[in-house]
Amino acid sequence: MLPIYQNIPFVCIFLCMVCGITMPLQKNGRTALWTAVAACLTVSLLCCCLTLILYTGEESFVYQMGHFPAPWGNELYVGPLEAMLGMTFSAVMALSLLGGRRTLMEDVLPPKQPFYFTMMCMIMASLLALSFTNDVFTGYVFIEISTLAACAIVMARDTEKTIAATIRYLVISLLGSGLFLIGLAMLYCITGHLLMPQLRQKVFMLLVMNRYRVPFTVVVGLLTIGMGIKSAMFPFYAWLPQAHGGATTSSSAVLSGLVLKGYIVFLLRIFYRVFTIQEIRALNITNVMFAFGVAGMMVGSLMAIREEHIKRMLAYSSIAQIGYIFMGLGLGTDGGVQAAVFQIMVHAVTKPLLFLCAGRLSEIRGHEKSLYRLRGAARQDKLAGIGFTLGGLSMIGIPLLGGFAAKAFFAAGALTMGVKMWVALLALAASSVLNALYYIPAILALWSRGEQDPSPAAPDRGFMTSASALMAGVLALGTMAGPVIAVIRMGLSML
Amino acid sequence: MDLHAFLTKAVSLRFEIAAVILFGIGFMNLMLRHNLIKKIVAFNVMDSSVFLFLASQGYIDGRIAPIAREGIVGAEHYVNPIPAGLVLTGIVVSVSVSAFFLALVQRLYKHYHTVDFDEIMIMAKKKVD
Repeated sequence: MLPIYQNIPFVCIFLCMVCGITMPLQKNGRTALWTAVAACLTVSLLCCCLTLILYTGEESFVYQMGHFPAPWGNELYVGPLEAMLGMTFSAVMALSLLGGRRTLMEDVLPPKQPFYFTMMCMIMASLLALSFTNDVFTGYVFIEISTLAACAIVMARDTEKTIAATIRYLVISLLGSGLFLIGLAMLYCITGHLLMPQLRQKVFMLLVMNRYRVPFTVVVGLLTIGMGIKSAMFPFYAWLPQAHGGATTSSSAVLSGLVLKGYIVFLLRIFYRVFTIQEIRALNITNVMFAFGVAGMMVGSLMAIREEHIKRMLAYSSIAQIGYIFMGLGLGTDGGVQAAVFQIMVHAVTKPLLFLCAGRLSEIRGHEKSLYRLRGAARQDKLAGIGFTLGGLSMIGIPLLGGFAAKAFFAAGALTMGVKMWVALLALAASSVLNALYYIPAILALWSRGEQDPSPAAPDRGFMTSASALMAGVLALGTMAGPVIAVIRMGLSML
Repeated sequence: MDLHAFLTKAVSLRFEIAAVILFGIGFMNLMLRHNLIKKIVAFNVMDSSVFLFLASQGYIDGRIAPIAREGIVGAEHYVNPIPAGLVLTGIVVSVSVSAFFLALVQRLYKHYHTVDFDEIMIMAKKKVD
């Protein structure tokens, strides 16, 4: 008899998909919104229980879909790490929907609103599936679902600019998934398996015999570049600013905070569960990722400094933050990868906070987006101002906030690496300065005295709830990083 | 390697060679074409090439399709059915992506009156948010 908690991963994915399908039957956008929020919060709660059970029991398990045994059936694999990521992702999803709801109801036409939440539920389901699945082809299918749903939520705000941005996003995503698919096809041809444990056995056997080294390098390269294109790794980021900056507030928050991470988490699980991080290092892929990551950290920040449009600035900052994650993976040590996973969590909480606050501030000022026009907006909604300040400081790396802890872990992870250590430490320092160069002026502009009299804006309770919760999240990640990194360490060692 | 051996090798790898060539054509066109409709065609060529590659890996010369027939019970008489299953899933994905893509292009055409990607991007830059 299966212990009852082992059903949680499947139930979570299934709940999101069923919810998504029933959305068009909802009366209007409001009920659809609350259904989606309720579903995400339920998933978050379930995953929270699962994390506690798995962490205290120091266990991980494989769930067989439909009770078909290993080489034939489809499986889910869940350990403490996956459960914690599922918890974070679903909580952030619920808060993003809640926090951006007012702008959302204005930006999306009323008859289309339920469909918007269908897409959000599909994204949630695919994020969970990418974190839980044990089968690489199932992963590919959910990558495509996630891509289509992400494009749909970009174009939900139906302006000429967002549609053009969507088509660019779609084309580049398709290139990425094409490369990923051919990589998977080659992996299947070499090994004859699709489930990760079976793949691991075969890959291990072949690598020990020193055979197929070049094909494996090509496979890992294709998988990395495919996922890198989709998650805006350094040279492939051109699609991101317009897609993330032009969409409605909730979409921007979800796209920047969550969708990019789903792909990276899946790539990471392939690295750990099919190959091992040592093998990836031996194949020299980590060096490429390291170089691209460091370049992304610099270029993203430099572009953000030049940007006047507040949401596009945040989008460029996402490129830099994704660069940190790839740098951590590129270190190729357990410490570096732990830091990368921690950064995934920190960015998943911080960036939605920033986008929601920016969205709220621009809503107060009649949807103005340029920093110049937003001067003094923070005085009209103090909470949004504080949220933006806190998020910005976390990105710069002020102690007690999540971003600082992430940087500290990166530095610690790089310590034993020789040349890479110096590059990584210099890059961390330089990128902190660059982050400060655009976040500090933005924060000062928002708090400065504008020409007009700051009359407080009408409060928005949904926004207040989600901004407070996300701020608490940033502070919690900064002050209580120990337990989180312990869960990550345990989860990675079990993979 | 003499010509005969080379040709034999090439014939035995015909599906893989075709798949690689088609993938190249599809990928380059998807990346470089300006016309969005041609981009969709290129995307379909690219995906089909992957399906050809996958299906050819499951194909074994001289064996029959994996559908049970009277009197033939041994697995050694049939080709490998798993790649066919993967290809089927892949086709479903590719069809839905194409449909979405086409709908998007139609929408763009209504706004910009062209399907040329570069022109659209130039026009989109001038629009205010």
